[in-house]
Amino acid sequence: MNNSLITVGVILILGVIVMLFRVSRLVDVLRGTGSQRVDGSNKFNALMFPIFGVVMFSLFFWITEDSKKHYLPEASSVHGINIDHMFWTTMIIITFVFILTHILLFSFPYLYQFKEGRKATFFPDNHKLELIWTVIPAIVLAVLVFTGYKVWTEVTSAAPEGHETLEIVGKQFNWIVRYPGSDGKLGKHNFRKIDDVNSLGMDMADEHSYDDFYPSEIHLQVGKPVQFKIRARDVLHSVFAFHFRQKMDAVPGMPTSFWFTPTKTTADMKAETGNPDFVYEIACTEVCGQGHFGMRFKIVVEEEEEFIKWKNSQKGFLASNPDYIEKVPAELQEKAKKFLPASEVKVDSTAKAVVPSAAPVATASVVGL
Amino acid sequence: MATVDIHALSAVDAHVHDAHHHDDHHHEELSFVQKYIFSEDHKIIAKQFLITGLLWAFVGGLLSMIFRLQLGFPNNSMAWLKPLLGGWIVEGKLKPEFYLALVTMHGTIMVFFVLTAGLSGTFSNFLIPLQVGARDMASGFMNMLSYWFFFISSVLMFSSLFIETGPASGGWVIYPPLSALPQAMPGSGLGMTLWLLSMATFIVSSLLGSINYITTVINMRTKGMTFTRMPLTIWAFFLTAVIGVLAFPVLFAAALLLIFDRSFGTSFYLSEIYINGVGALDREGGSAILFQHLFWFLGHPEVYIVLLPALGITSEVIATMSRKPIFGYRAMIGSMIVIAFLSFIVWAHHMFVTGMNPMLGSIFMFLTLIIAVPSAVKAFNYITTLWKGNIIFSPAMLFSIGLVSLFISGGLTGIALGNSAIDIQLHDTYFVVAHFHLVMGSASFFGMMAGVYHWFPKMFGRMMNERLGYIHFWMTFIGVYMVFFPMHYIGIAGFPRRYYSFTSYEAFKTFTELNSFISIAAFITFSAQLVFGFNFFYSIFRGRKAPLNPWHSNALEWTTPLHPGHGNWPGEIPSVYRWPYDYSKPGAAEDYIPQNVPYSATLESNLPHENDLIALEKEEGVTVHAH
Repeated sequence: MNNSLITVGVILILGVIVMLFRVSRLVDVLRGTGSQRVDGSNKFNALMFPIFGVVMFSLFFWITEDSKKHYLPEASSVHGINIDHMFWTTMIIITFVFILTHILLFSFPYLYQFKEGRKATFFPDNHKLELIWTVIPAIVLAVLVFTGYKVWTEVTSAAPEGHETLEIVGKQFNWIVRYPGSDGKLGKHNFRKIDDVNSLGMDMADEHSYDDFYPSEIHLQVGKPVQFKIRARDVLHSVFAFHFRQKMDAVPGMPTSFWFTPTKTTADMKAETGNPDFVYEIACTEVCGQGHFGMRFKIVVEEEEEFIKWKNSQKGFLASNPDYIEKVPAELQEKAKKFLPASEVKVDSTAKAVVPSAAPVATASVVGL
Repeated sequence: MATVDIHALSAVDAHVHDAHHHDDHHHEELSFVQKYIFSEDHKIIAKQFLITGLLWAFVGGLLSMIFRLQLGFPNNSMAWLKPLLGGWIVEGKLKPEFYLALVTMHGTIMVFFVLTAGLSGTFSNFLIPLQVGARDMASGFMNMLSYWFFFISSVLMFSSLFIETGPASGGWVIYPPLSALPQAMPGSGLGMTLWLLSMATFIVSSLLGSINYITTVINMRTKGMTFTRMPLTIWAFFLTAVIGVLAFPVLFAAALLLIFDRSFGTSFYLSEIYINGVGALDREGGSAILFQHLFWFLGHPEVYIVLLPALGITSEVIATMSRKPIFGYRAMIGSMIVIAFLSFIVWAHHMFVTGMNPMLGSIFMFLTLIIAVPSAVKAFNYITTLWKGNIIFSPAMLFSIGLVSLFISGGLTGIALGNSAIDIQLHDTYFVVAHFHLVMGSASFFGMMAGVYHWFPKMFGRMMNERLGYIHFWMTFIGVYMVFFPMHYIGIAGFPRRYYSFTSYEAFKTFTELNSFISIAAFITFSAQLVFGFNFFYSIFRGRKAPLNPWHSNALEWTTPLHPGHGNWPGEIPSVYRWPYDYSKPGAAEDYIPQNVPYSATLESNLPHENDLIALEKEEGVTVHAH
């Protein structure tokens, strides 16, 4: 009943509009165009441009101000500050040009609207003018290119000595993160060895694999450069740690990387934003299928002490999955056994003293990772 | 006032039969099918492209309404769409796979089917012969084929919307491995196959058209129509066609390799892949980045293929309706040539964060920012053309001025994106979406509208209703800014594109209101297009009969009869004596002097060097009778 009423209502309204349209056409015909080149609507349209301009600028200033509440907080990385600075400088230049050109574009229609008897000015070219507005943009752009180049080469330079390393692998539809463990090296991997447990296909013939651990959230030490080694397991993904101004695609078959230095701890950010729920997040920024929007991963930035404590409390792969010792080749079995949890180790009088902890205990001086 | 009767000009001179020009055309009547369906007349073919393009625009817009509904009102039930979308709505919610299918098809349809075929196909076909003074295109047969290949391509693409696994869904850029592996997403099954077949056919259509346009412009200009007397529309269409011929084959190659990877077990783009639930694939050694390079080698020139015709149309309309020459005619040509050239060497600015060698990032940043210079020149020249003009605001003029605004707004943000360091943060966010929708989508759409409103009288012999045109323009202009401007801010705040929902992220939860606003603005803007649709179709049949030259334009198309027949001019083709921008020339009686008026007839307004050309006219036997 309601639907048919609405339908009838819509039809009636459309009918009224069509009637108005036909009446206005008949009025036009009766009035006749005569020798007039324009009618009253020319004035209307001419006036609409400056009005539009004023309203547009007002809304522009308003939304620019209002959107600040949405913006990300100040960058939490060293290079991020530079990127943001470049961005806002560029935006200021852009805004200046936007306003200048639009003041002209929206006032000229009004000022130079058609007037019977007036003649336009025959002004086909002016080389001086052309030169000016070719050279000035060229110079401005050259400056932007140069400064952009400087920031870009810094960002894409090699990671500094002593940086932390971790691997992030994208798959449909989550990230798998792997840290190298106390030996500081990530174990080799082969996609053919992937299974439900060994999600990255780590090679058990590589002893560096045994202590690699797979946390459920990334932890970083504030002030210490970290390199994300990035790749993907199935299709293209992209790691976007937006608070750090970090982005790099994850490509199956082609490892990529991106390094940066976090400058603010999660605790710092909670204080800075006044939001106790603040959390550093990673988003996927390369369409990867229906779960593309759900590939969230948490990052925690903390002081050195907490970071080391966290690392030491992580269980390595073999410790978490002791049955994988079977895949370890014979010559490495002894080495591998050291990484097993204490209960799994068989006591053998000829064996060396067993390290009972779940993962090799690190002393205060952590091996350079 | 002395009137001039110029013998060579007479378009309705019944005594002049020009037998030469009727060689290839039989004197017997063509059948209905030959005349209107498999027509070889460029004007009919242009209208076929136009109608098909407009229908596609409606479909593409409709798709965006659905995903804007999802983004703006994610908690509202979409069960009411079930009659239309069937299995794509599950328990009142849009399936995420279908969301991706919607954005993919929206992009594909708008970029290729509406703004390439619908824009270039329509106006290059319609205007090139008429404005250069030719009877028709170089090859009417190839031209006919170019439309019908487009038609086949359209059928293939449209049908993919209705299959069970859905159309292609990997974004309009269809990067592998996602688009190569049906196991990775349902849209990469039959939908992707149809997409590839459709695009392969589309490329054939485009090449057939482009070759024709280039040949006609080079070889079939009428007497006196030198390259530097051609309207800027023709320059734009010509350069667009050149870009197309060079760039589209590379997309064809990329698509072909993708077809091989999909169906013949090759590994051009695939390496070390393990799919959930399927296992490791036996493909190694390929590079996903290779596809991106090949794709964007077309993809970037493609955006100029989309934009240049719109810029050409705007030049013509702004000059004509300001009653002033376009400012800097040669600079406009030069800037288009530079843009066309540079468009081929900036493609990897779409790939700054793909993991390619950072050195390439620096190189492409440099080249990309250079292309801003000729673009800026064009914008300034448009504005200067308005200065001290005597402006008549036809709907076409409104859209042309709107285009300049959108081109500037969208183009400026390109400067931020072209900077590789800044792009790290902005790539694949809504900032990019805002940028290209303004500078390419909306600007070119406005160019297309300007073209339709301006040349409608020539196409159909009738006028569109101007009042509806004004309403259409202002609603659309306001609407487009309301939809896309806020997206910049969301992008700055880090919001990624192609996201079905954003509420699971702490950082993105705050965007609900903005997204709702954008969606409402989009619904209103889409509705405004219905005003145009009504005006267009109604006016074809019931529009007021048009005068011969409603805009008092100088270009040659207005010297044909109201309903130009096959061959365009019933008599001899007019010769051209001057450039098309003698508007408001000092000393001239009227505020325009058509191109086919010789200098010997305008002694009162000739510039000194133009008087020297009168001697040449005498040699050609141009007779001038003063009354």
